[in-house]
Amino acid sequence: MARTYLTRSAPETGEVERRRWMFRHPLVIRVTHWVNAICLLVLLMSGLQIFNAHPALYWGKVSTFDAPLMAMTQTEDDPPKGMTTVFGHGFDTTGWLGSSVGSDGEAADRGFPAWTTLPSNQDLTGGRSWHFFFAWAFVLNGIAYLLYGLVSGQLRFRVIPSRDQIRHFGASIWEHLTLRFPQGDEAKRYNVIQKLTYLIVLFVLLPVQVLAGLAMSPAMNAAFPFLLTLFDGRQSARTVHFVVASLLVLFVVVHVALVLLSGFRNNMRGMLTGWFVIERKVEPAVPAGEPRA
Amino acid sequence: MSRSPNRRALLVGASATAAAAMLGGCDRLGNAEWFRRTLKTGEDANMFVQRLLLGEATLAPEYAEADISPWFKPNGTEDPPDRDYKALAKAKFAKYHLVVDGLVEAPFKLSLGELRKLPARTQITRHDCVEGWSAIGKWTGVPLTDLLSRAKLKPEARYVVFHCADTMDQGNSLEGGGDGEGTDEVPAGNANPSMTKQSGSGESRKDSGGQQASEDTAASGGSPVRYYESIDLVDAFHPQTILAYDMNGQALPISNGAPLRLRVERNLGYKQAKYVMRIEVVESFANLGDGKGGYWEDQGYAWYAGI
Repeated sequence: MARTYLTRSAPETGEVERRRWMFRHPLVIRVTHWVNAICLLVLLMSGLQIFNAHPALYWGKVSTFDAPLMAMTQTEDDPPKGMTTVFGHGFDTTGWLGSSVGSDGEAADRGFPAWTTLPSNQDLTGGRSWHFFFAWAFVLNGIAYLLYGLVSGQLRFRVIPSRDQIRHFGASIWEHLTLRFPQGDEAKRYNVIQKLTYLIVLFVLLPVQVLAGLAMSPAMNAAFPFLLTLFDGRQSARTVHFVVASLLVLFVVVHVALVLLSGFRNNMRGMLTGWFVIERKVEPAVPAGEPRA
Repeated sequence: MSRSPNRRALLVGASATAAAAMLGGCDRLGNAEWFRRTLKTGEDANMFVQRLLLGEATLAPEYAEADISPWFKPNGTEDPPDRDYKALAKAKFAKYHLVVDGLVEAPFKLSLGELRKLPARTQITRHDCVEGWSAIGKWTGVPLTDLLSRAKLKPEARYVVFHCADTMDQGNSLEGGGDGEGTDEVPAGNANPSMTKQSGSGESRKDSGGQQASEDTAASGGSPVRYYESIDLVDAFHPQTILAYDMNGQALPISNGAPLRLRVERNLGYKQAKYVMRIEVVESFANLGDGKGGYWEDQGYAWYAGI
């Protein structure tokens, strides 16, 4: 199933030779992709709300209040400044971290600014409600995706690099860095960097994120004490949860940037309808993906 | 191609507008009662699943002496403003009595001295504040099981409620949340009024002073709102659920809940009621506070505090 492409001719007769339509994303992949996108956004923003309740990170079992790994504070100055301390080095982050203006126009003692948090005003219990609901949605959606991906063979096709891809690893990196996107048959599959990235996100970052989240729950610590061993304590788990969230943000930023650069309309059509246009290899290179009207 | 810059500007503009609308929309959604109830199903699922995973006697991790935090951060109320409490504290709690009543066959009262003579349990456990920080302390106290067995629960008993001495003023929490402010220096990452919910308009809820709690519960009830918490019988009969009178081998300090506080491990800090005066066994908490089972629960926090 996974390796067969449904193709159809391009509707414009003149284009038949140059473009081929490929049914790239089956319905389950498309639905789980967008559900996942919403979940990650809500989890990030409600997570920042929860973080703001105590905007400091530590390592180990407990909070070493006088020696945090990272902390955001508001100074006593007038007007107050926002300070972010990382490994003992202080940075002035006024307006962004530590102190920022809320919807009422007043500068407030706040880790991340109001526009990044959900709810926007300081509301820990609101943030927790959003976070837990969307954490369940995220996990159930992820399970649906993985089950479908395994059974259909999509997962293997999408994220496991083939032997030839591994052999040309160096060339792929160069192509990627110079933003030359594959065309023709190569564009039918994800390239090796894409595959490795998805592999790491799917099977390292996201599972670690869920486990680190669970490791912060006192009840889960009783049920599964190994969670604490795994992360070297509850406060470390909280720090890991924060760092992995940051890495996921980085992933999404790069992902969205590449979607824009490699043909926004084609990519969006692909993820909305399933249909993706493969440009045939033509010299010299034309902007890939973007169908010209 | 020439359309491109325009289209880009349009896209950026549209995205920004959509983002702003989404943020506002989410806040509005979050204030809608039906949506709040929907979101709460996530927290219901937490309790359902965690209760499946936890055996009745599954213990919270216990730690070594070396792990004890040099400073056990007090939170919420650190010095109850109530005159009755101050009088008790002045006499070193010699006149303090713990009352056990409600749906029990044999209600009773015990002085602090009598409590100290009962069989005790000592445990070194981690305290996790809902705000995110943790501290480890050593607790010695009377297992709640022993007190409840002595009182003999009636068949309809379902919850155990802890009534505390401290009136909640200025939106302070008792334990596990609320302002980290007090006589102690506020540590880096000052957690300030993070548990205090503020309405979207920026109108703060922590506005009234004195003995009255800032919540409307005070106004409707006409009497000061004191901290209270509740647990169900699963947690009540858990071996690590104790009423602690000692912390780190010494009498519990006032800032940490003297003379008696609840330790109900496997739960977040706001369940660990301080200044416990009375234990009441009930069938439901409909007639207590706003009917949600605890001071913070009445402000929207989940009754189940395992995560």
